[in-house]
Amino acid sequence: MADLVDIEFIVNGVPCQGRCEPRKLLADFLREDLALTGTHVGCEHGICGACTILFNGEAVRSCIMFAVQANGGEIGTIEGLAQDGKLHPLQEAFHEHHGLQCGFCTPGMLNTAIDFLRVNPSPTRDEIREAISAVICRCTGYRDIVNAIEAAAKKMRNP
Amino acid sequence: MKPSKFTYHAPQTIDEAISLLSQNDGSSRVLAGGQSLIPIMNFRLAAPAALVDLGKIANLAYIREDGGEIRIGAMTRQRSIEFSPLIREKLPLLHEAIGWVGHLPTRSRGTVGGSIAHADPSTEIPMVLQALEGEVSARGPKGERTIKAEDLFVSHLMTTLEPNEILTEIRFPVMPADAGYAFEEFARRHGDFAIVAIAAAVRLEKGAFPWVRLAAAGTGPTPLKLRAAAAILGSKGPDAAAIDEASEAAGEELIEPTSDNNGSADFRRHLAKVLTGRAVRRAVAMAREKAH
Repeated sequence: MADLVDIEFIVNGVPCQGRCEPRKLLADFLREDLALTGTHVGCEHGICGACTILFNGEAVRSCIMFAVQANGGEIGTIEGLAQDGKLHPLQEAFHEHHGLQCGFCTPGMLNTAIDFLRVNPSPTRDEIREAISAVICRCTGYRDIVNAIEAAAKKMRNP
Repeated sequence: MKPSKFTYHAPQTIDEAISLLSQNDGSSRVLAGGQSLIPIMNFRLAAPAALVDLGKIANLAYIREDGGEIRIGAMTRQRSIEFSPLIREKLPLLHEAIGWVGHLPTRSRGTVGGSIAHADPSTEIPMVLQALEGEVSARGPKGERTIKAEDLFVSHLMTTLEPNEILTEIRFPVMPADAGYAFEEFARRHGDFAIVAIAAAVRLEKGAFPWVRLAAAGTGPTPLKLRAAAAILGSKGPDAAAIDEASEAAGEELIEPTSDNNGSADFRRHLAKVLTGRAVRRAVAMAREKAH
């Protein structure tokens, strides 16, 4: 076995430590070592976007990042999105606008949308479409996802 | 879809990184943002014995102006380029192109140096470097050297960088303030690799082009300077017939257009002509507006 590396980072506000092979993908570390299976693994080569998480506040694809690269950083996954049992405004909007069917891409959609709305709080529909082109959804046809993000943006601007 | 085993190094200095790369008989690879390398490792198209991660080396991420140049540290994330006021003001062509580089979540990790060293001929940053006649610094066991863009790209994913050299800095000449510019790309989905992309920048003076910059991506084994098309514009100026002639020339000067499942060589020639016309017309319109 290749040499193991020790890693530590903060996941959803909680300090975590672990040891793994350097080749372990961050997505696999979250799912297998930390049992955070809300991070979904689709294509495993950085195309589908289902595994998108937040790393130091920015959306990144956790299947094309090694766990060891995240050492010392701060990670946000779908499990950390709701606070005190209350859904995030984006989660609420996805619920209200039927922004999902099977739900496989949803963690990636939500994390991508969070980062996108952080840098562009008042997006046009075209800008939303461009942002979510990073995540592939095979159910919805995207329209309801765009509606949900648009509604959430409005709500987040005027809570 | 999992990478094969490798030894991981996270050196603190460039010198340490160079000495690590010199071990292992060239089977070590530099890890920058990983947005190209890790996918090909997941596919096992690449199986380096060791990775030398530049992520822990201080002072490799910066954007600054220095004597008519913009200097960019190799580990500068693509997203920092997207949001840099300095890039928007001094290298607006790069600013426009960067929105076409992958997607928001890949630009968070992907670096400027990594994109150039990876040298995928269908990507945007190498072609803008080629268009604007930039250069890079590389450091290896024998010290530092400068490589001009035109001497850097050899073929598909191949550069003149040695296996134990590290690209440390990218330099672009500041664009003239009165230059008009445009970036045009055709891809099946926004953020996918360009099937063809064209970058154009021009200065307009007394009905002539004293300064023309034109390059193409997606059209062959390297990002390509469109010399014949630029020469036509330079000698004939900005009238509609000259732009049409230059666009035709752009399609004809592609050396070996790629033919693959995204499009045939003929399709790429056609796109190069159409997009060159669009890019030049848009750049000229902007240059005219700036002149008023």
